[in-house]
Amino acid sequence: MPRFESIDHLNEYRRKLKATRDPNQPTVLVCSGPGCLPMGSEEVAQAFREALANKGLNGKVLLKTCGCQGLCALGVKVLIRPQEIAYQRVTPKDAGEIVETTLIEGGIVDRLVYHDPVSGEARVHKSDIPFYQSQVPIVLRKLDLIDPESLDDYLAVGGYRSLRKVFFSMTPEEVIDQVELSGLRGRGGAGFLTGRKWRLARQAEGYPKFIICNGDEGDPGAFMDRAVMEGDPHAVIEGMIIGAYAIGARQGYIYVRHEYPLAVKRLKLAIEQAREAGFLGNNILRAKFSFDIKISQGAGAFVCGEETALMASIEGFIGEPHPRPPYPAQAGLFGLPTVINNVETWANIPEIINMGAEWFTSQGTETSKGTKVFSLVGAVNHTGLVEVPMGTTLRQIIYQLGGGLRNNHPFKAVQTGGPSGGCIPAQFLDLPVDYDSLQQVGSIMGSGGMIVMDHTSCMVDVARYFIEFLYQESCGKCTPCREGLKQLRHLYEEITHGRGEMAHLTLMEDLCAAMATASICGLGQSAVNPVLSTLKYFREEYESHIRDKKCPALVCRPLLKYTIDPETCTGCLACVRECPVGAISGVKKEAQEIDQELCIKCGLCFEACQFDAVRRE
Amino acid sequence: MDLPRLESILSKYEGESTDLIPVLQDIQDTYHYLPKDELKEVARRLKVPLTQIYSVATFYKMFSLVPKGEHQLRVCLGTTCHLRGGPRLLQSLQNRLGIEPGYTTKDGVFSLETVGCLGSCAQAPVMMVDDKYYARVTVDKVPKILKMYQK
Repeated sequence: MPRFESIDHLNEYRRKLKATRDPNQPTVLVCSGPGCLPMGSEEVAQAFREALANKGLNGKVLLKTCGCQGLCALGVKVLIRPQEIAYQRVTPKDAGEIVETTLIEGGIVDRLVYHDPVSGEARVHKSDIPFYQSQVPIVLRKLDLIDPESLDDYLAVGGYRSLRKVFFSMTPEEVIDQVELSGLRGRGGAGFLTGRKWRLARQAEGYPKFIICNGDEGDPGAFMDRAVMEGDPHAVIEGMIIGAYAIGARQGYIYVRHEYPLAVKRLKLAIEQAREAGFLGNNILRAKFSFDIKISQGAGAFVCGEETALMASIEGFIGEPHPRPPYPAQAGLFGLPTVINNVETWANIPEIINMGAEWFTSQGTETSKGTKVFSLVGAVNHTGLVEVPMGTTLRQIIYQLGGGLRNNHPFKAVQTGGPSGGCIPAQFLDLPVDYDSLQQVGSIMGSGGMIVMDHTSCMVDVARYFIEFLYQESCGKCTPCREGLKQLRHLYEEITHGRGEMAHLTLMEDLCAAMATASICGLGQSAVNPVLSTLKYFREEYESHIRDKKCPALVCRPLLKYTIDPETCTGCLACVRECPVGAISGVKKEAQEIDQELCIKCGLCFEACQFDAVRRE
Repeated sequence: MDLPRLESILSKYEGESTDLIPVLQDIQDTYHYLPKDELKEVARRLKVPLTQIYSVATFYKMFSLVPKGEHQLRVCLGTTCHLRGGPRLLQSLQNRLGIEPGYTTKDGVFSLETVGCLGSCAQAPVMMVDDKYYARVTVDKVPKILKMYQK
């Protein structure tokens, strides 16, 4: 890779690069995204490497590992280009057959293509699969095209193209104008207008100024940013260079959680490549502009996703938030003007510059422009990563893209926005998803986690789970959050153990009101959303826990009762062997009995029984 | 104290106070914990009070003041994993290893930790051993996974 001395040099290189690339080049793309990696994508890629070598196809067929291909439920995913044949659930054993049947004979391996869960019909090509049909990929567009570790791949699909426009035909103000006109709002969750944030930082006094990419994706159930950092790291860097030019910053930071080791590795590599190629460093492409990026790794603290806590962490302190104002745009990192945006926001920037603000505003709703990436998980058939225009309804996302609920279970709720969000019930399935509509129903957009639940999820337990999570993660600096969470946790403990009282529900609402008003940062202020939304939409579930001492979803352990049906029990003793406390007794080949005093309600007997004789109520 | 070993970490940095967290991360990765004498040296070299180092070391989850095991088991308790059996997986690891989360087995082979979310939600429940992910870990897969790392 040369060091590009000018824009002409870069264009010439790109022209030559494209000339060497045949659009009909047979290519095997093995997904190494967050969903496929743990299913063994490395082993699958290795099997393809060997199978291609065995058949003497080295050099004739390209093998690449790429970022997330979206449909994580059916991993490991393998895409064969140029035909765009999408194979699912590929294991190392299948590599030889795919090479033989598809790459040599030009046929299809039927058992590995997508089959419609209802009709059973086979869908061979990516574009035939409903999961992809309503998506509008802007941020995810390049994920199944490029090898994230290859700068050449990124350049071949137009990477770093925006820099020519930015450096040589736009003033920093004009860049900010474009971003402001695009209506792009922060994809980290709060939804502040990105252009306005940049303008505040540009106008703020103080030098030097800083740019930060918030990659501390801590919301449980969310992996959008992980997929982008691992799958298209140069897009984040390109966006940050544009932002730095716009506000006049020389130094940038990418803050990544240490739980994402692959994201750290790929970003480090991408930064090195960008430096070598002259996209980072002094006088980038001979423009009068210099900028560089450092990686800062989180050390395991959810609260560091909050921007002021994140900056304290980069400075070498514990991640305690500061009250705002002053906002980071005025006094941020080391007390100096700082723009902090999340991964997905940065990845949108190059496309907005390339295609123009007007193009971007053609997608989305009145107040929320563009697209949003969601991680669709939980009780749906097609879990995975989706990118849809703002304003797409929950029903479309869950039923059309997600393929409906598993086992045709009825929909109960969808949880959006992580621990700061709420649970949305079925009556709002036709809600167009954007920042404002979600807020109106008591949830938030958040970073884009979307967890679908059916009747097997207990809403009291879900709220208890988030409160427990936040209690563990609260930094403890301000009293309303620290003590409020402790009390809420206690009340949930009481309710899920059958010691709740109706008065507790009012007490919870009072606590929530105090926390929402008086907490310093978003963690405490929004911690009330899981509580209030479930209290509002699923109050009857709380009431059955309190009044009837029953958990209707059969989740809350202390409220369950296990018994053995003497009619069905064969006396095989499978349950007796599993029971860790010896609570089950009886004569062999006769009905057994559970001693309710001894039973710890672990449910192992229920799982062990082959005859459905153990009853849970 | 093994000064050359510490030196090989410190020499990668410029000795600024803002290098504190990266330096501690490197020490944690190399030593599997933060030894006291090494922290005193870090305080001297980065000109950061030992109290600040202590506050940082006890605030962030990845740091430990006591030695950790050779292999780090991280069980995801993210929302999807919570709904799909993460707590059962944790319980089973606890039973088999005889330790609670946050502790290390007597033989020093495993440390057990819980994580807010590992970001592989489509394959819940998920766990990591060091840098390797394991997908859809039902309780019956636990013995096989542990065996791969036991001596």
